[in-house]
Amino acid sequence: MSLVTKPGTRYRSTVDQTEFIVVKPAKGPIDLRCGGHPVVAIGTEAPTGLTLDPAFSAGTPLGKRFADTDSGLELLCTKGGTGSLSIGEVILAQKDAKPLPSSD
Amino acid sequence: MHLGMLLEMAADGMADRVALGPLASGLTFAELASRARRLGAALEARPGERVGLIDLNSPAVPLTLFGSAIAGKPFVPINYRLADPQLRAIVARTAPATIIVGEGVVERVGPVDGVEFLSRAEALALAEDPEGKEKDGWGGDADEIAVLLFTSGTTGEPKAAVLRHSNLTEYIISTVEFAGSAEDEAAIVSVPPYHIAGISAVLSSTYSGRRVVQLEAFDPTAWVTTVRVESITHAMVVPTMLGRILDIVEADGLGLPSLRSLSYGGGPMPLPVIERAVGLLPNVGFVNAYGLTETSSTIAVLGPDDHQAAFANDDPTVRARLASVGKPLPTLEVSIRDAAGIEVPVGERGEICVRGGQVSGEYLGRGTTLDSDGWFPTRDEGHLDEGGYLFVHGRLDDVIVRGGENLSPGEIEAVLLEHPGVLEAAVVGIPNKEWGEQVVAAVVTSGGVTEEDLKAHVRTQLRSSRTPDHIQFREELPFNESGKLLRRVLRTELSEAFT
Repeated sequence: MSLVTKPGTRYRSTVDQTEFIVVKPAKGPIDLRCGGHPVVAIGTEAPTGLTLDPAFSAGTPLGKRFADTDSGLELLCTKGGTGSLSIGEVILAQKDAKPLPSSD
Repeated sequence: MHLGMLLEMAADGMADRVALGPLASGLTFAELASRARRLGAALEARPGERVGLIDLNSPAVPLTLFGSAIAGKPFVPINYRLADPQLRAIVARTAPATIIVGEGVVERVGPVDGVEFLSRAEALALAEDPEGKEKDGWGGDADEIAVLLFTSGTTGEPKAAVLRHSNLTEYIISTVEFAGSAEDEAAIVSVPPYHIAGISAVLSSTYSGRRVVQLEAFDPTAWVTTVRVESITHAMVVPTMLGRILDIVEADGLGLPSLRSLSYGGGPMPLPVIERAVGLLPNVGFVNAYGLTETSSTIAVLGPDDHQAAFANDDPTVRARLASVGKPLPTLEVSIRDAAGIEVPVGERGEICVRGGQVSGEYLGRGTTLDSDGWFPTRDEGHLDEGGYLFVHGRLDDVIVRGGENLSPGEIEAVLLEHPGVLEAAVVGIPNKEWGEQVVAAVVTSGGVTEEDLKAHVRTQLRSSRTPDHIQFREELPFNESGKLLRRVLRTELSEAFT
């Protein structure tokens, strides 16, 4: 299953609490998963009865960013969960924060 | 992304941290979110397409900012210091709206078609009402208008800058690490709520999990006392505030032991003031931020490391960077362009143009000022140095054209301020038959300085065409409360005095 991501679109996991928003879209369609299963757009119906795949259960912490250099995809976790984000079987890397000096 | 989501994330991830007020009695992020959702439900049901605010700082400011977002209505904080006729005109332009007001505002403004007033106390009561319905805070379209901010109108009729949810959230998520503040961090907010810095302070602090302590309005004694009593770690000030804060700290010798980061912006900071600040507050990291209302706040930052490097370095290029606004944020692009819109080489002056998701450049009823490639012309003059540091020289519209030569007031002002006897300086062009315009300065001094001293001082640093033809000695310069020089007022006064 492949998704065409758009900035600002929100998705959720079908097997845990994880929710996230697209910060930068992927260049083409991608097989975006959480907890080992394809994610669904928030507000759309999700398949039921799926379970978290232990190979994709390291968790997605709230407020962290995840990026894929090949596709250009960047996501921000808006609700933390136990599933891990992946494109296909490849787990997305957490993006290192380079905080700027506080100016406000 | 939507402002309501920033608050939801903070409430989810840092529910029990204190968000607003004293550590012992303040509101937690969970409480802040729950109250904003109640106020949001109430504001949604109230008449009007927008939610205004004419008041000093209070918990009603963050609650109304987030409450309006949750209600799906633009938040319009209005300058309570405007004279009554101007205030009434802005209120009429905000209609149809519900406007939350502080004491005495209703009496000042009088009835306005399409406007319903709600007192601060009533708004806070709606937010606190345990029976009140809470509206879900997630909703809303990122392309909707989040905030309308009227420009100060120092150069004409105030314009309402449009900031969409996408602009503000792009700025926040690209510059602030979620929950990145240590639990003991606290920021003092003393800039008024109708200033972009007042908006960005609320949003940045919420997303980073930093407690906010508000001052109703800036007062140097209250500011210093609050920083000490509340163990404030972070603050943002405009240049005129900093000088007055330093006077108190210098006089009582008690320092500001809890303060770690002091950011300044909103206007050019005289070099002697920042040197004095570094001397009096040796443990503070200084941050110079440059931004505009139309860019959702900061677009370039000179951080603590840059300040230290500049102070410690004999290389004139590095040392000069103390007068820069640092490097543009990595998430946006800056281009310096000539009058024809062509990018100029490094080191040359031109118009600062900026592009990125946080940049709005849009005014209500006037549309966008972005060019077809998305660049916003700031009307500020500046240059980039070889290291990518941005220098701002002032408003292009303030450039003085004397005998065909373009002179930047900022450059002459900086030289005047380097004179040890000069406390404040402003330079404008006034009409002149021979030259088109002539250079005139107004200064506030500590005494014992003559006009000839200052002219000689400028002449030795800059060429003679940049030496003021006249210098007026004054008790004070006309600043607005955000520290912005009222150049138009000054130009009129100096024109009358010298032509």
